[in-house]
Amino acid sequence: MITLSNPGGSKKDCVKRSMLQRALLIVFSLVSQAFAEPMTFASPTNIFAPASTPAHSIYGLSLLVLGITACIFTIVVGLMTYIVVKFRRRPEDDDREPAQVYGSIQVEVAWTVIPILIVVVLFMATARVIASVQSPTLDNAVKVTAVGHQFWWEYRYPGLNIVTANELHIPVSDPVHPTPTLITLLSADTDHSFWVPRLAGKTDLIPNRTNSMWIDPQQTGLFLGQCAQYCGTQHAKMLLRVYVQSREEFDRWVREQSQSAHLSDTVSEGRRIFENTACTKCHVVTGTPATGQFGPDLSHLMSRETIGAGVAANTHENLRQWIKNPGAIKPGALMPAMGLNEHELDAVTAYLETLR
Amino acid sequence: MSTNPITWPEAEVVSRPFVDRLHEWVTTVDHKRLGLMYIFYALIFLVIGGIEAAIMRVQLSAAHNNFVSPQVFNQMFTMHGTTMIFFVAMPLVFGFANYLLPLMLGARDMAFPRLNAFSFWLTAFGGILLYFSFLGGNGLYGAGGAPDVGWFAYAPLTAPTFSPGHSTDFWTLSLLVSGFGSIGTAINIIATILCMRCPGMELRKMPLFAWLNLVMAGMVILAVSPLSAAQIMLLIDRYLGGHFFDTQAGGSAVIWMHFFWIFGHPEVYVLVIPAFAMASEIVPVFSRKPIFGYPVMVAATVCIGFIGMSVWAHHMFTIGMSSNANTFFVLSTMAISVPTGIKIFNWLATMWGGKIEFKAPMLFIVGFLFQFLIAGLTGIMLSIAPFDWQLGNSYFVVAHFHYVIVGGILFAVFGGFYYWFPKMSGKMYDEKLAKIHFCLFFVGFHLTFDFMHIPGLLGMPRRIYTYEPGRGWDAWNLLVTIGVFVQALSVLVFAVNLLWSYLKGNLAGNDPWDAWTLEWSANSPPPAYNFASVPTVKSRRPLWDLKHPEDPDWKYE
Repeated sequence: MITLSNPGGSKKDCVKRSMLQRALLIVFSLVSQAFAEPMTFASPTNIFAPASTPAHSIYGLSLLVLGITACIFTIVVGLMTYIVVKFRRRPEDDDREPAQVYGSIQVEVAWTVIPILIVVVLFMATARVIASVQSPTLDNAVKVTAVGHQFWWEYRYPGLNIVTANELHIPVSDPVHPTPTLITLLSADTDHSFWVPRLAGKTDLIPNRTNSMWIDPQQTGLFLGQCAQYCGTQHAKMLLRVYVQSREEFDRWVREQSQSAHLSDTVSEGRRIFENTACTKCHVVTGTPATGQFGPDLSHLMSRETIGAGVAANTHENLRQWIKNPGAIKPGALMPAMGLNEHELDAVTAYLETLR
Repeated sequence: MSTNPITWPEAEVVSRPFVDRLHEWVTTVDHKRLGLMYIFYALIFLVIGGIEAAIMRVQLSAAHNNFVSPQVFNQMFTMHGTTMIFFVAMPLVFGFANYLLPLMLGARDMAFPRLNAFSFWLTAFGGILLYFSFLGGNGLYGAGGAPDVGWFAYAPLTAPTFSPGHSTDFWTLSLLVSGFGSIGTAINIIATILCMRCPGMELRKMPLFAWLNLVMAGMVILAVSPLSAAQIMLLIDRYLGGHFFDTQAGGSAVIWMHFFWIFGHPEVYVLVIPAFAMASEIVPVFSRKPIFGYPVMVAATVCIGFIGMSVWAHHMFTIGMSSNANTFFVLSTMAISVPTGIKIFNWLATMWGGKIEFKAPMLFIVGFLFQFLIAGLTGIMLSIAPFDWQLGNSYFVVAHFHYVIVGGILFAVFGGFYYWFPKMSGKMYDEKLAKIHFCLFFVGFHLTFDFMHIPGLLGMPRRIYTYEPGRGWDAWNLLVTIGVFVQALSVLVFAVNLLWSYLKGNLAGNDPWDAWTLEWSANSPPPAYNFASVPTVKSRRPLWDLKHPEDPDWKYE
């Protein structure tokens, strides 16, 4: 039998090991310095910072699961470590084989029954949460239809006469008078998935299928997320923005959005170019000949903070750049560059900037 | 065991022209040569798939990075996933099964040697076809080249509307071709195990390796068949006007998901059960004890096989299934943790009271046990449907299944490599290099895949070619990327070790580990006929009986 220790080389091994340790130490200190500042669990999309009932239910369940798995981990790794240390071959061991043990029905039963009990507990807890999240009682819910497109989100508010894109506005839900939001999920092309981690788990948008989910955020603010099902080239830049507003702010937003586009005569040239180019084949501007359905509704474009499904702030420069060549900001976006000259670009941008 | 220089009969070894030797390898029906070809083929694709992974990781090392375009990135993750599953993991599993099963069962070859060769070449051509797409494909939006629909290729992204050109056809056809190869090999493995065992080797006296591969082969037939059917349907959709998955003509995207995952989940067990098989051989030999609870291990494996066929829709918790369906798949998925746990406990019980020798094979198996435990625990988290609504399709899932496939399967396979390398090559590997390989791979693996869980918890979905700054994902992603290069370095050490040991290593002898199964009674490397005379066995450890005539196993079994 070959033994692990090598009397002649042990000292050299020692030196080598300490050098290795030193090298590791240097690497670790460099890494930890480099990351000391940004290495953080703070994130606007942290699933452990729930702000809505479905996300809260999941969070509570996840704590139970994490607790149980942490216990299992500690016990089994403890056992493993003990075995590896206690029963390792030592240099002074003789060549005799250890006692040959073939098995034991008692211990097999024990480590079958205990896991079964753990599974039962976890299953019961899970079934409860599934039922509570999937069969909610939603009185006076705000109803929104979200339609996934390559690579942006369309939001329709049936009954409120609102169609908008990429920025979802919903009212905050007061625990005393809850106003949850029921979102119907549809897809215009490929699979997508609606995931705003702080509000709820994800639900897919699948063509030829109607899905739904609900949220009832209890605090106002902007909640971020993004498409979570691969949907094509620009899957990465199909960002979600949910604006949770106080009831008054939300009602004001509804009033503004349900009106037709404000059309101003000062930008008639830009409007003429817009309506004589293919723009109208894909975009809607209410009260004008622009009635296309493939792209986002532009009637209230300037009420939105971002363009291109959240990829850029809605500034003059970005908007102009987007109209000039969307692929420069979002390669793979389905909107083509229209080949407008500089003057036309200025005019169209000016026109769009009046659509508040 | 001493490795005294042994003189081998050199008379037969005449150096023949290269073309002759090549011709011998190409036309061979010998299970050992086919096994080695499977393994060699898998190692080449492991490097290719690894390079694709490294390209993705460089791109993701910082927010808004511009190392590759979104089109290239999407091709990379599609090719990486497809390559690693179908052209690395499967051939590795089949390679070891092919090489070892006849030797362990005391047979001279597989049941159907020519089917064996045919299956290998189908698999091989499948991989070549997939990679030909870089030259001959034409991807989304003129992106050119390789398929970019993801390795599970959800409909309707594969429909001609969204996937013009031929990239998706290359993906479909290569999986169809290699799928038939897999089914052929699975049939061969089942027939070999059921019909080719040597005298005395009843089913309950087979090595666990054979039992586990029997279950694996059964699952391959059940799982790969629906995948092949789905590929044919997809081809009908794309070229013959079918509408199975064409949602624009009323087809169903969800049906594809069912077809894919009724393959996809059992596939995980197809890959991990052979890893269990290696652990079940290596743990006893290096602990110097018989496997603890052999019948329970067999029962647990068969149990995993059956339950494993009924859990597929846990990949679909987010598609809006009814609460009843979700609840069922939660239960079936959790249930599989029970037999899996039994196996882990049995390995630990085998080590208990032993004299564990930490040579490279055992080091890798201990790594496997540790990481597979963690993979199982994150698996329990993902089996909780509501938790999955958050974690599904996030980087947490990516970290979880890499823990299974790299931390579990690849660690066990590396253990298997070192364990059987002396048998396959006749030479002993270099123990020091192997330990360096283990240390580097262990550190690289944990750097990469431990930290990969965190961006998932912080809301980072998978398959995005870039991400927004300010989400708290940047630092974690950079660490993950660094880990990949440590892993790459360790694989280089592994390759150097294999190559150097093959050329310059010490002769290993027939039985370097003082082991107990039949393959160690054959020469190293075994001759074409394996055994000069067909062995007869009386117990699960025939060589133990031989070495300890005073205390044979068959008295107790």
